[in-house]
Amino acid sequence: MERRPLLQTILVYAAAVILAVVIIVPFAWLAIMSISSAADLSSRPLNWLPQTFDFSRYGKLLTVASNSAGQAFLASLRNSLVVAGMATIVALIVAVPSAWAVSRHKQVGWSIYLAIATYMLPAVALSVPLYKGLAALGLLNNVFGLAAVYLTILAPFTAWLLKSGFDAVPREIESAAMIDGARLDQILRRLTLPLAAPAVATAALFALLLAWDEFFYALLFTSDQRAKTLTVAIADLAGGRIADYGLIATAGVLAALPPVIIGIVMQRALVAGLTQGGVKG
Amino acid sequence: MLLPLLAVIVLIIGWPLASTIGLSLSDARLVGTAGDFVGLTNFANTLGNPSFGAAFLNTAVFAFASVAIEIVVGVLAALLLDQEFYGRTVLRALMILPWALPTIVNATLWRLIYNPEYGALNALLNQTGLIPDYRSWLGEPSSAMAAIIAADVWKNFPLVALIALAALQTVPKDIKAASIVDGAGVFARFRFVVWPYLAGPLMVALVLRTIEAFKVFDIIWVMTRGGPADTTRTLSILVYQEAFSFQRAGSGASMALIVTLIITVLAALYIATIRRGVARA
Repeated sequence: MERRPLLQTILVYAAAVILAVVIIVPFAWLAIMSISSAADLSSRPLNWLPQTFDFSRYGKLLTVASNSAGQAFLASLRNSLVVAGMATIVALIVAVPSAWAVSRHKQVGWSIYLAIATYMLPAVALSVPLYKGLAALGLLNNVFGLAAVYLTILAPFTAWLLKSGFDAVPREIESAAMIDGARLDQILRRLTLPLAAPAVATAALFALLLAWDEFFYALLFTSDQRAKTLTVAIADLAGGRIADYGLIATAGVLAALPPVIIGIVMQRALVAGLTQGGVKG
Repeated sequence: MLLPLLAVIVLIIGWPLASTIGLSLSDARLVGTAGDFVGLTNFANTLGNPSFGAAFLNTAVFAFASVAIEIVVGVLAALLLDQEFYGRTVLRALMILPWALPTIVNATLWRLIYNPEYGALNALLNQTGLIPDYRSWLGEPSSAMAAIIAADVWKNFPLVALIALAALQTVPKDIKAASIVDGAGVFARFRFVVWPYLAGPLMVALVLRTIEAFKVFDIIWVMTRGGPADTTRTLSILVYQEAFSFQRAGSGASMALIVTLIITVLAALYIATIRRGVARA
């Protein structure tokens, strides 16, 4: 490291502090709101730090009592988990073989561009027919119906990510095994898939995060606790006539925890996926 | 092997898209009969509808402003994170957090921050003496869009920064060192040494973010629902209201297809960009 002039060093640290504050303060404020008393949150001048810590809202949202805020919240949490989980699993089942095929056979390379283009389609372009279709099948306000709709986003997206994953597995390994007399299904199961496992895991994470984040279809296609997801439940809270802003913040903290923890723990894989998958075809 | 992906694309993406096209040529309602064929009437009405023009303009303002600020701030943050200083690794790790925060939680958080009676922004500006009275940041036409853009920038500039940082790290160290020895100034070094490595990935980020921004729905729905006085009503919000609130499926479909056409042009631009990248590599 070459020596920097003092002024430049000061500027670098000043900028780093500003950036850190900009990133951290909104998160900190969300957490603080969730444990401040309603009185502290509605005082003028505002009490930036709570006079007393109030963790009761976490208890309220995480315990089941009939017709309580907790019941609605936990139901939406369960729905989010079920829908995101199902959609991710099916998306991978669909995308893994397809992405492998695209990676190995140049003549079907166009289909990955088709997948990218369909992933980018605005949801509004599909929403009315999907609504009518779900209604006809009796799948409105149903976790299976919503998971099926999420496939429209997750299947093309995971195929796109996985294609680069398979590109990184040398095809020579497959040819060598082929010469040794292994069947194609053996090669894929014993050789290619284990080698591509990190890419598959990354794709699964992105799919889960995408489904966890989804709002538009969930807003349209779900209406009560049987299928409403967390994003819709939080939007309901934010738009409703709740006097206690701390409760809204608490729901936000709880909904943000899983993806934020995944983000911290899986940092490397996610950043690699974000920077690579976005740049490569 | 390709069959599952193509089946998904045709069944739950191709079919709805085709039937949206069919709907756009009819006067169908959301619920009930298929409606009558009306030719291109819906498109003519949509293009002549001042609400559609206004929504297009709002969308363009949101997309242009948020993406431009995200790119500039993101590149500046990346240039900072490319320097050596204590705590760099931690700061870099923090950058994933806003990205991981669910969009709905981000929107809810900022809605609370902008709250006209108890919000933290009002408290901060008031207690530091910058504003004498609390303001309704999201309730006034003059500030609502800017407030939403700021919330969107906060969540998305770290992604641009991570992509730009990955690109900066591909600049060969010896070229950087040589340019310093040769006495190139800061701007000359950025323009002629760093920029050639940054331009490609940044273009990809720019197009991807523009596509996302043009589809914007979630953050606006939670923060303002398109108000006040429709000043934040974007195309996706307008289509939602037309097709689902007013149940005019045919007219809504025509609007959705015009949005789709705009997105398709952007997606084609994206695919052309990454294909050029693949060809060069």
